[in-house]
Order: sequence, then C-alpha cells, then structure tokens
Amino acid sequence: MARSATDTADEVHVYEPHRAGIPPLVPYFRGLWARREFAAEFSKSGIRAANTQTVFGQLWLVLNPLLLALVYYFLIAVLRGGDSGGLPRLANLTGGLFLFTFVAGSMSSGASSVTGGGRLIMNMNFPRLLMPFAAVRTAWFRFLPTLPVYVLLHLLSGAGWSWTMLLSVVFLGYAVVFAMGIAALLATLQVYFRDTSSFLPYFSRIWLYVSPILWAVHDTAGQFGTLMAINRIVNPLYSIVGGWVELSLNGVMPSPTTWVMGAVWAVVMFVVGSLLFMSRERDFTVRL
Amino acid sequence: MDIAHSAQKPSPGEPPVVSVQDVSITYRTTFEKVPTLKSAIVRLGRGERAVHVVEALKGVSFDVTRGSSVGIIGANGAGKSTLMRAIAGVLPPSSGRVEVRGRISALLALGVGFNSALTGRENVILGGLASGLSRKEVVARAEEVAAFAEIGEFIDVPVRTYSSGMYQRLAFSVSVHMDPDILLIDEALSAGDASFKVKANAKMAELMKSARAMFLVSHSLNAVREMCDDALWIHKGKLMMHDTPDACIKAYTKFLEVGENAFTLEDL
Repeated sequence: MARSATDTADEVHVYEPHRAGIPPLVPYFRGLWARREFAAEFSKSGIRAANTQTVFGQLWLVLNPLLLALVYYFLIAVLRGGDSGGLPRLANLTGGLFLFTFVAGSMSSGASSVTGGGRLIMNMNFPRLLMPFAAVRTAWFRFLPTLPVYVLLHLLSGAGWSWTMLLSVVFLGYAVVFAMGIAALLATLQVYFRDTSSFLPYFSRIWLYVSPILWAVHDTAGQFGTLMAINRIVNPLYSIVGGWVELSLNGVMPSPTTWVMGAVWAVVMFVVGSLLFMSRERDFTVRL
Repeated sequence: MDIAHSAQKPSPGEPPVVSVQDVSITYRTTFEKVPTLKSAIVRLGRGERAVHVVEALKGVSFDVTRGSSVGIIGANGAGKSTLMRAIAGVLPPSSGRVEVRGRISALLALGVGFNSALTGRENVILGGLASGLSRKEVVARAEEVAAFAEIGEFIDVPVRTYSSGMYQRLAFSVSVHMDPDILLIDEALSAGDASFKVKANAKMAELMKSARAMFLVSHSLNAVREMCDDALWIHKGKLMMHDTPDACIKAYTKFLEVGENAFTLEDL
C-alpha cells in the first residue's frame, strides 16, 4: 500500500468485497482484542442499566437461580414420593443449575446482542463479534455472585474438600468458550429469524432436563442404555456441566471421555459459531 | 463561515485521502419488516422469493484530496447515507474498492444514542471505545464533549430523557471531539438552534485545520454552499456530478425544476 510521507502515523483502510465470506482472521482478531475494553464497557453499562430497574439489583442475580433451584428441588421430592435427597441433592442441583443458567443466559442475551445493538452496528465500524462476546461477559458477571451461594450449600451439605476440586476451573473454562460460540451462533440466527429468541426458552428447558442437573451422572449408571450413551456424546452440557459438578462438588475425577468431549464441544462450538458469525456479519448492517 | 479557507492543502503527489473506486452496493432485503422463521416457512409453502434486491449505489467513483470539505446532496433515497456508511466501512461494497487514509469519526444518522437507557456520559464512552480510542482518552474527553454540547448535568441522565436538540448537540459534539482525521456528518445540525449552529460551524472550521477531510450530507443547500468547497450530487445511486458546490447545487435545483428560491435553499 502506497503511503505518502505526510501520512506517517495512520492506518490505511481498504474496504473491498469479500467473496470468500470470512475476513482475514489475524487482523480481525487483532481488532477484536484491541477493542476488548469496549466489549467490557458495553457489558458493564448493560448490567448497570438493568440493575437500575429492579430494587433487588445484585441480590436478584443470586435469588433468581436459587429460587429456581428450590422449585426443582421440590419437584424432585414430589416425583420421588417424598425422597428429596436432602442437602447433598440440593447442592448438586444448584451447582449444575447455576452453570446452566450462565450458558442459557449467554444464549438468550447473545441471541439479541446484534439485533438489539442496531444503532451501534449501523453507525460504527468494529468487529461485530464483540457484541455476542460482551453478552457472554454479562452472563458471566451474573454467574459470579452465585458461586458463594454454591460454596455455602457445599459446606451445609457436608461434602468434603479436596485438591482435585480445583480442576473444576477447567470445566468453567469449557463453559465460557462454549458459551461464546453458541452466543455468536444464535446472534447470527436471530438476525435472519427474529423468532429465534422466542424458541429459545423451550429449547433451553428441554436442554436442562437432558443435562445432568436435575439428575446426577452417577444416578443413571446402567439406566437408559443407548439413549444415555448418545446423550453423553451429542449433549455438550452432559460433559461440561457433568464434569463441573463431579469435580466441584464431589471431588471425583471425571472420566477421560468427559474431559475430551467437553473440550471438543467447547472448541467446535466456538469455531463454528464465530466463523458463521464472521461470514455473515457484513450482511448484518442491511438486515437490521 | 468560510471553512474551506482554513483547510490544509494537499502536498504534490499525495494520494487522495478518500478514494472511492467504481463502488456499487447492492443488498438483498426481505419483504417483511421483521423476518421470522415462521414467515420463512410460510413463504416457502407459497413458493415466493424471499428477497428483493436494492441497488443503493451504482458504480460511484471519486477521489477526495487532503483539506477538502465535501458536501453530498441529492433527494431522499439517493444513496447519500449509504455512501457515507461505505466510507466509514460499515457497509462493505458489493463491488469496487474504498480506500481511506486516517481515522474516521462518523456522525451517521445521529449515532450517539446507542442505548437510550444509559446516560449521555456512558453513551459517549461507549461510542469512543467502539471507534477505537482507549478508555483513558475517552474518559478525558467526556467532560469536553458535555461542555461543548451545553447539556450540563444532563450528561449523567439517561439519554431517553433528552430533547431532540440536546440529543443532536451531544451527537455532534461526540464526533468532533474524537480527533478525527476524516469527519462524516449526516444531517447533524438540523435540530440545533441558531446559536449552536454558529458554534458548530466554528468548530468545524477549527477541525478542518487538523482534519484531512470532511463529508457533509445535508438537505440544506445553504449549509453545503457555506461549508464545503467540493460537492457530490447523487441521484438514485449514481454519481451525477462532482464539482464545486455552486455548480452542483445549480444543476441539482435545475434538475428538480423548482429554481433557487429561499424555500429550496433551506428545506430541500
């Protein structure tokens, strides 16, 4: 690119049609990284704006999944004819449910991140992946306050402590990467089909039931046969949430399959979601 | 206000600051305002075509040298805003090439109110960060922006409570305070009152000393005549004329067959 002597310190921007669909990845991700502060600020201000509208604010972030956990706890007790499983069951339930809420929250706010950011997208030129990623950041900061509650329940349930529990952080990492991917995927779908977000609650409800949240991985040993074997492979949250609960609550080392499937799902979802998003993002401006 | 007078001059052999080369922008858009999966399925059942094609720009080429302030005129739907978005890199061309040298600050269609639930300050910071400034730079500018926009303590009040004049003043103030190399202004000053317009013009004149180029989309032909030294007339996506503001305005008004009366000058 020719530059004149006077144009020393500045960028030359060239805008051309991209036939292949996906922009050059290295500059794209460099741009993404350079504007991480924007994603953080976008997410922060979103949280602030939401908190001003409820009296409970931060407290509500904890209360909401906790109340949900209690509802499911009673549901399980009813279904089992009074055998609630006590505090260990409740701890198990909240551990899984809190992480699931993070993924589901990333999905719903990720889905609306692009269509809801209309003005910004119409008027500013920046890597659009920042929008779903900011949504995941928001969901993450809604998840964090629930962790102390989980630790408290862990204490109350009398579960032990071990160093292997620290490894559960890896599964949190899987969950974050997976959430980024699925947020980008749903954000793209939402642009083309605005009813995506209306289907989401039903979809995530079913996902909740087939993931090891209301039931524990060790409950199902030898049951459901092939169905559970399939679930184990095709349901990303089987490995991610299952591994997280096994490690963080029981200090049990998950099976190698759980480790591998969790990592594979996280990477696959991230790559597929972000590539799909990037290949379509230049089309977003005219579709908002 | 003679803005062109204070502008920089291009050095010999310097490449144009903005070079638009045979740019066409075609986009396909859906029939319905809100595309849904349901309507897609219904359409599929009826065997209808999902999209129709809009040719927003057709083979537009021009170069802009350092120090130019370019007015873009044309009727509604001519493609003026599309052209601005193409220069800002928001809308990629379907064919052709856009080259821009320098940092762009865009004031497109009142671009500041990203989130009306947030305060003015938060919007200013968000806009600055999105345009690639660091947090430190943006926070330092927020005060300056608020002072110039004359919105006082309203800077910390949600944007949804602003009057349209406050909103536009803030939008204008944001874009001129981001140290732009190239300034894009789309119908920014229609709501500001007379005194703010004077101030805004002075600010733009000051900016032209440091900025490389300015683009102004306006239906006020007077504004284009006063503030620009170069003009583009676009009609239905085609570049009809690239000449001095006077020549373009004359041709444009003649084209409209209404003549250059005062009414035309203010409101077209």
